[in-house]
Amino acid sequence: MSRKWKWWWGVLLGIVFLGLGGLLGQFGDIFLKATRICLECIGIG
Amino acid sequence: MRRLIERTRLLVQIIYTIVSNGYLYGFLRGKIYKGALKYTCVPGLNCYSCPGAVGACPMGALQMALNKRDIQVPFGVLGFLFVFGSLFGRFVCGWLCPFGLFQDLLHKIPIFKKKKHLPGHSILKYGKYVVLFGLVVAGSALLFGGFAKVPTFCKFLCPSGTLMGALPLMAADGQLRAQAGGLFCWKLAVLLALTFLSVKIYRPFCQYLCPLGAVYGWFNGFSLVQIRWEKEDCIHCNACQNACPVHLSPEEISVSLECIKCGKCVPVCPVACLKCSPQMPKRKTGANRQECSEQLAGKK
Repeated sequence: MSRKWKWWWGVLLGIVFLGLGGLLGQFGDIFLKATRICLECIGIG
Repeated sequence: MRRLIERTRLLVQIIYTIVSNGYLYGFLRGKIYKGALKYTCVPGLNCYSCPGAVGACPMGALQMALNKRDIQVPFGVLGFLFVFGSLFGRFVCGWLCPFGLFQDLLHKIPIFKKKKHLPGHSILKYGKYVVLFGLVVAGSALLFGGFAKVPTFCKFLCPSGTLMGALPLMAADGQLRAQAGGLFCWKLAVLLALTFLSVKIYRPFCQYLCPLGAVYGWFNGFSLVQIRWEKEDCIHCNACQNACPVHLSPEEISVSLECIKCGKCVPVCPVACLKCSPQMPKRKTGANRQECSEQLAGKK
């Protein structure tokens, strides 16, 4: 990837994405998934 | 200096693994942590079904978003990936990933002649992009298991889930153990294969299969954490390449998609032309560029 991109552009874009994710309620979805045992992940079902 | 960096890296890896999987009650009772930290993703590959895991796995969260019937752009997960990637790049792989630590420890076992790559490395290294786009993205968005879409990478491949999720949970819970079938046997076989391979080959999962490493690799060229190569001072002795566990040339160090920024190249340079960022004091080697060039000319 071109080194003209500065790291802070990526962090800024990441923060914008985090904000959008929060507005869309996506962290709640992450929480719901992450607080249940994922049967597929452990090889069951 | 070389041992200092290696020991520091090992210490950071161990501390981070303990902190990010510090819910000890979960290991004792076969339960998983359900606190507020699970709204966030940890940087490394860390199954959230690990009883000790205090955060969500970014790959698991990404697949969860793609599993939904009405697929949204997973801004939340992308946000975590952009922030971690832009700050660290694959430094996460080299210093923070628990499964990376597992492979590093296996590679220290003093049996078998060690090799850096598998045969066919130049092609096999693209395998992680096949896993990323084939299993994580397309598989999770399209593949149905029964009536619902499944996290395809987690279900069929992820060895971190088997090691840190399945084994501790099944050890503590007999009911889960009773339900283990063919899928669990397959995942266990994958984990065992990678375990044995790791003894001989350096980090085979990271080099050939890890989708998270594939993503972070894209940030390597411009991340905040860098190993800078002072091209004008380099005498092209290839000491760094020989020390590099994935055999990268000085031009490739830190910017290559394969570099995990372990720092093993920095202390071996006789003219100290490799420097960690942020700026570190120049190492006193007792040698200078002209002396090293003369020594090399004499050896040839």
